[in-house]
Amino acid sequence: MKHAIHALAMLAWLASPAASAVEYRTVVPAQSAVQFEFRQMGVPIQGGFKRFVAQMAFDPARPEAARARIDIDLASIDAGSPEADEESAGRLWFNSKAYPKATFASSAIRALGNNRYEMHGTLTIKGRSRELVVPVSYSPGRTAAVFEGAFTLQRLDFGIGEGMWADVDTVANAVKVKFRIAATGK
Amino acid sequence: MNPMGRYTRPAIVLHWLVALLIFVAFPLGVYMHELPLSPGKLQLYSYHKWIGITILMLASLRVVWRLTHTPPALPDSISGWQRRASQVVHGLLYLLILAIPLSGWLMSSAKGFQTVWFGVLPLPDLVGKDKALGEQLAELHQILNFILLFLVILHVGAALKHQFMERLPFMQRMGWGGKESS
Repeated sequence: MKHAIHALAMLAWLASPAASAVEYRTVVPAQSAVQFEFRQMGVPIQGGFKRFVAQMAFDPARPEAARARIDIDLASIDAGSPEADEESAGRLWFNSKAYPKATFASSAIRALGNNRYEMHGTLTIKGRSRELVVPVSYSPGRTAAVFEGAFTLQRLDFGIGEGMWADVDTVANAVKVKFRIAATGK
Repeated sequence: MNPMGRYTRPAIVLHWLVALLIFVAFPLGVYMHELPLSPGKLQLYSYHKWIGITILMLASLRVVWRLTHTPPALPDSISGWQRRASQVVHGLLYLLILAIPLSGWLMSSAKGFQTVWFGVLPLPDLVGKDKALGEQLAELHQILNFILLFLVILHVGAALKHQFMERLPFMQRMGWGGKESS
């Protein structure tokens, strides 16, 4: 009997939304986006990736335990024009036949206060890995929380654009990456 | 002996600057669009756009100048149909030196590439990114250029004919010597 009461109390506690913190772990792809911007001959060019798989677990009460991983399907690129899409799959750019995915995996997340976080992790593109620190903002929502951030990478660090394309006067080295990941607690 | 009048100096300078730039931009445009994608191609496209926008600016000045100044009179020996033809061809040339760079600018925007003059001055995108519109504007740009080529041949041909076959000192109207018209 005593056990049964305990069990009921336990159930009640689990079911109560106030007592259980939400852990966001189901990404909503339709509300998420990965985009980038770079300069070509001084002209800003916007692009993005249509397909990616993001996995995450984030409990605002325990941000240090949060983790995130994203695998981007490089063949789903929009590089600004059909000609650039085709070119970017080539060996000198992403070589996406040999390296179909770009991956970011978090290693540590630090709370900065005010729903802002600093995500440390490793970005791997074309077989080359770089440690990154990415600022991320968290916006709780009624149905899904939104995590947004941006950082700038140097494309040559990853060999994106080799040979004749290593000329950064034509296509700038700096590429700004922006992401928006929506996730629910279900 | 009395030399024919001349266009005003600003009109002459603008005429030759625009002519020179067209003689660079036109073959560049023909050449560059067949190239496989490379940094060189991107550079040539940018140079072509920068020249085109420069033409648009100079041509705008030129048209304003033309509308506010009377060009020198044609010699009496020029017949009525030639005067009318001259008016039509000049009118179309003025129109094209504005319309061609404008169509290129719009095409660039529709294809998703903003035009940044000399890599420094960003021009507004007057139309949004739109693949079908981009292709239509590319076609328009090409057709207008073929018309321009035809008219320039007529224009230069007529000037040479008056100058050398009719022995009229015709080309000094746009030249550096002779007397300036008021």
